[in-house]
Amino acid sequence: MEKLIQRAGSIDPNLLKKDFPVFERKVHGKPLIYLDNAATTQKPQSVIDCIDNYYRNHNSNIHRGVHTLSYESTVMYEDAHKKVADFIGADKWNEIIFTRNATESLNLLAYGWGLHRLEEGDEVLITIMEHHSNIVPWQMLRDLKGIKINVLGVDDRGDLKLDELPDLLTERTKLVSIIHASNVLGTVNPVKEITRQAKEVGALVLIDAAQSIPHLPIDVSEIGCDFLVASGHKMLGPTGIGFIYGRESLLEDMEPFMYGGDMIEKVTFEKSTWNELPWKFEAGTPNIAGGIGLGAAVDYLDGIGLQNILDHEEDLLSYALEKMSAYDWIKIYGHKSTTESVGVISFNVEGVHPHDVAGMLDEEGIAVRSGHHCAQPLMSELSMDYTARISFYLYNNKEEIDLCVETLKKVKKIFG
Amino acid sequence: MQSDNLEYILDHYKNPRNFGTIEDADFSYEEGIPSCGDVIRLDLKIRNNKLDDIKFSGTGCAISQASVSILTENVTGKEVEEIVSYTDKDMLEALGGQVSPIRFKCALLGLTVLKKALTGKSSNQ
Ligand SMILES: Cc1ncc(COP(=O)(O)O)c(C=O)c1O
Repeated sequence: MEKLIQRAGSIDPNLLKKDFPVFERKVHGKPLIYLDNAATTQKPQSVIDCIDNYYRNHNSNIHRGVHTLSYESTVMYEDAHKKVADFIGADKWNEIIFTRNATESLNLLAYGWGLHRLEEGDEVLITIMEHHSNIVPWQMLRDLKGIKINVLGVDDRGDLKLDELPDLLTERTKLVSIIHASNVLGTVNPVKEITRQAKEVGALVLIDAAQSIPHLPIDVSEIGCDFLVASGHKMLGPTGIGFIYGRESLLEDMEPFMYGGDMIEKVTFEKSTWNELPWKFEAGTPNIAGGIGLGAAVDYLDGIGLQNILDHEEDLLSYALEKMSAYDWIKIYGHKSTTESVGVISFNVEGVHPHDVAGMLDEEGIAVRSGHHCAQPLMSELSMDYTARISFYLYNNKEEIDLCVETLKKVKKIFG
Repeated sequence: MQSDNLEYILDHYKNPRNFGTIEDADFSYEEGIPSCGDVIRLDLKIRNNKLDDIKFSGTGCAISQASVSILTENVTGKEVEEIVSYTDKDMLEALGGQVSPIRFKCALLGLTVLKKALTGKSSNQ
């Protein structure tokens, strides 16, 4: 911990890189330059060690037995919930439910809340920026229950059309489910203001924080939202673990999503009753190692400080945008407004398929994403089709951006 | 893509052979890869059980477009049975050098479309 506190202040990515063993490897003989952080992030040694330690020394099932190992793993797993609760400013740790990922979190809410609490004609408001995971579960409810999905659009700068929000919020709006930071444009949406307006019509608010929570300080009580979801793997944690924050009273009132062991209080063949929060929603043996690993990731992020991470990424972002906009054959999407952004840049090299861009970058050891980024409605709205995307994190530095841009010049020369 | 066949692939990408459509094709088939947006359409003309003419259209990355261009050259005039027995390995070898396994999907899209077109053709008759 001491080591981490010393670092707070400003970020030295080259020092931080040493915490991430993956950067010791080479890709095609070149040092790895990892610019695909919006897809998933690399893992620090502390997270890897934590999982290793759990399996070596504590492995056992939780809540099932009085033996020492079971007690230890139960405490470790519960502590991980507490760490996440503190990290996002939740009042109580039982307001954190561990899931597999943001997608499962959204499905849990669609089934556990939506399926039982929504009636035909009720409305769910989303935005055109959503990741497919915050679109498709609501379509399931539309087809099953006859709910209506309203969609808040974007203007040609890629900002949400907030002036159209009042018209889309009606007395039938039961839920406003919005992406906090766009995985395509990097735009950070004004969730606090949207929440305020949603509350005026009595709607609940769900924030998809998958792309924001790794990059900026978040406090659920400040936003005023009712639910918030995220994936551990995008915030230095292991894959296979994500979470939901939910207001206690709402979670109490919700139906379970999955039924079986661990989520019950008492079972008879006539009737079963549900366990207390959060276990009511964590049926079966959970991803214990993953949960504990997520706790270690949160510790690491806390040690660095989210504000420091945001500052560092903003610095990288403006550097990269300046460098890339110097070439008129690089088309950058979004980033035209003055709103806040996380470190994501979607772009195309004129006349070159994004696959070929990503393929050439890979030959130089540079990892970037290409494709539709699971946000097809937004992509077609902005006529983006398919793009390449770079996304930063705390271990990236400006030399990596330089190398990336140099390689793009090569790409243009060869393919363009 | 490695330097040994980069020139060859770029040549086919930038100057695609047999690009276009056939109005009165005996069979046409189109398929894409949703995750990357590549789409290839093939129009075929068969005469005396031989591939008399083939044209491709579509969009995609250099590897998918160059591969299908090379493929059309290699199969024109061949017997249908021979074309159907053309393997993925044959296709990859025809690219004249190493293609990264990550890009196999791109490289093999054209062959997939061609085989589906031909099997569709025989089942239609
Ligand atoms: C904004 C957003 N929401 C949700 C998800 C889904 O995350 P996961 O695939 O971990 O469930 C992603 C992942 O890309 C995302 O970017």
